[in-house]
Amino acid sequence: MKDSVVISVRNLVKKFGNFTAVDNLNFEVYKGEIFGFLGANGAGKTTAIRIFSGLSVPTSGDAVVSGFSARQEPEKIKQVIGYMCQKFSLYEDLTVRENITLYGGIYRMSRQLIRERTAELLGKLNFEKYADALISSLPLGLKQKLAFSVAVLHDPGIVFLDEPTGGVDPVTRRQFWEMIYETASRGITVFVTTHYMDEAEYCDRISIMNEGKIVALDTPSELRKQYNASSVEEVFVKIARPDGRLYTA
Amino acid sequence: MQNAIESKGITKKFGNNTVLNDITFSVDESEIFGFIGPDGAGKTTLFRIITTLLLPDEGNMTIFGTDNRTGFRDLRKHIGYMPGRFSLYQDLTVEENLEFYATVFGTTIRENYDLIFDIYSHIEPFRKRLAGQLSGGMKQKLALSCALIHKPKLLVLDEPTTGVDAVSRSEFWDMLKNLRKHDITILVSTPYMDEAMRCDRIALIQNGSLLSVDKPKKIKEGFGKRLYRITANDKYRLLISLRNYELTASAFPFGDSVHVTFRDDVYNQSLIDHFRSDGIEIVKIEETEAGIEDRFLELMEKKPEPQQI
Repeated sequence: MKDSVVISVRNLVKKFGNFTAVDNLNFEVYKGEIFGFLGANGAGKTTAIRIFSGLSVPTSGDAVVSGFSARQEPEKIKQVIGYMCQKFSLYEDLTVRENITLYGGIYRMSRQLIRERTAELLGKLNFEKYADALISSLPLGLKQKLAFSVAVLHDPGIVFLDEPTGGVDPVTRRQFWEMIYETASRGITVFVTTHYMDEAEYCDRISIMNEGKIVALDTPSELRKQYNASSVEEVFVKIARPDGRLYTA
Repeated sequence: MQNAIESKGITKKFGNNTVLNDITFSVDESEIFGFIGPDGAGKTTLFRIITTLLLPDEGNMTIFGTDNRTGFRDLRKHIGYMPGRFSLYQDLTVEENLEFYATVFGTTIRENYDLIFDIYSHIEPFRKRLAGQLSGGMKQKLALSCALIHKPKLLVLDEPTTGVDAVSRSEFWDMLKNLRKHDITILVSTPYMDEAMRCDRIALIQNGSLLSVDKPKKIKEGFGKRLYRITANDKYRLLISLRNYELTASAFPFGDSVHVTFRDDVYNQSLIDHFRSDGIEIVKIEETEAGIEDRFLELMEKKPEPQQI
């Protein structure tokens, strides 16, 4: 597995004025891996993901994603990745089928391939009866499952999921993770952020960011061992509040 | 003692869609009462009815003994509401927002400063900053300060911790607990099941109906079967294998393990044989105590989705 690197990050720095949002990141993500990207609010996760997905250029250092440099070829990165976030992914005033067609077009898939993939996707999700329903009429859980399927419609090497399960009911949340497992087993790398600490345990490896730096990176079980903790949540608390400071009046 | 909220048979429809269905519950004075449920369960609609911003189609509700349909003018003085979406004025500073809310309710920051001190002191160093330029955590503290500045008897918080990291969420609950000494009744909603334990009582809500209302501990104890926690080297294959085992009643991934119940309540040698034939290397099988989320999943199974689109 290790010989197949999908993301390679070297001395990556991003500054906004005097503020260093991303402070010298170095790590690699492998093919078919479920990589959990954790950190407190404001730790720099979103800034880093924007660089990995070609939306933001690093101040110094580089990230190579599916063979393309975030510094020199951000437009090429956009074509070979999938991206889904909690807040916006699908057009509410288009139907399920129209959304799939739109994204297929954006990813420059042929009409023929889009037709094939649409049928395949609707079948797999058992979604045929919703094909011509407006997205706005679907419950959140179905929307999120569909959004994820659309994000990997073009068989990207890697898909970024930014808090994909926020607010989703506990059953759907688990079905969503089974889709993640299935996707990873097809060799697609899944790069995911979440605030549900039990979901962090589902990842192959996780990194925890604090103040722009990655302060821990390993498998969940190895991190629990290293930090002498019973859960990833405990590891997270130890890292995010190193002085043991929880709120005191 | 008078109840803070008394809700009887509240029903609300939007078109053909029943968003709230016969919601009956009561909240004691000074308790922290949580509504736990996913997006779309009806939490926000219910909160809008409680805060007198929306009228129910059926049923009635009193707040501190006052009917919230006829007495809304008086009630609004005593309710502090923090909506799910950040609703302060982004182009006013931190201090201006707080002053604005104080003035609207005919009070001053100074008069109720002791009430918000715990929370506001964290953002006071940034009081000249525009609200729109605050971080998520600071916005949350400012919104809570604004909802509290008129010393409400009832504080209604709609998903105050959604999208907030685990550590900041825990801090937020500590702040709520500190508010208790001021005799404020707190109503709070959250999609995070683990936060249920921080409430005095909770209501589990799904698809517009209450699944259960009780103390969190009692709700956990309502779990009907023996629950086993199984860990294996390959979680995904373990899950698939359990799904294919004929005596599995339920199997859900939980953190690094799978929580399982069996049709006969306990498992037997045939499970071990099943794992062996599937080539699953089991690390551990142990009985475990059910949590709120286990109970929620159990209740959801008993009550399938009432409406299909």
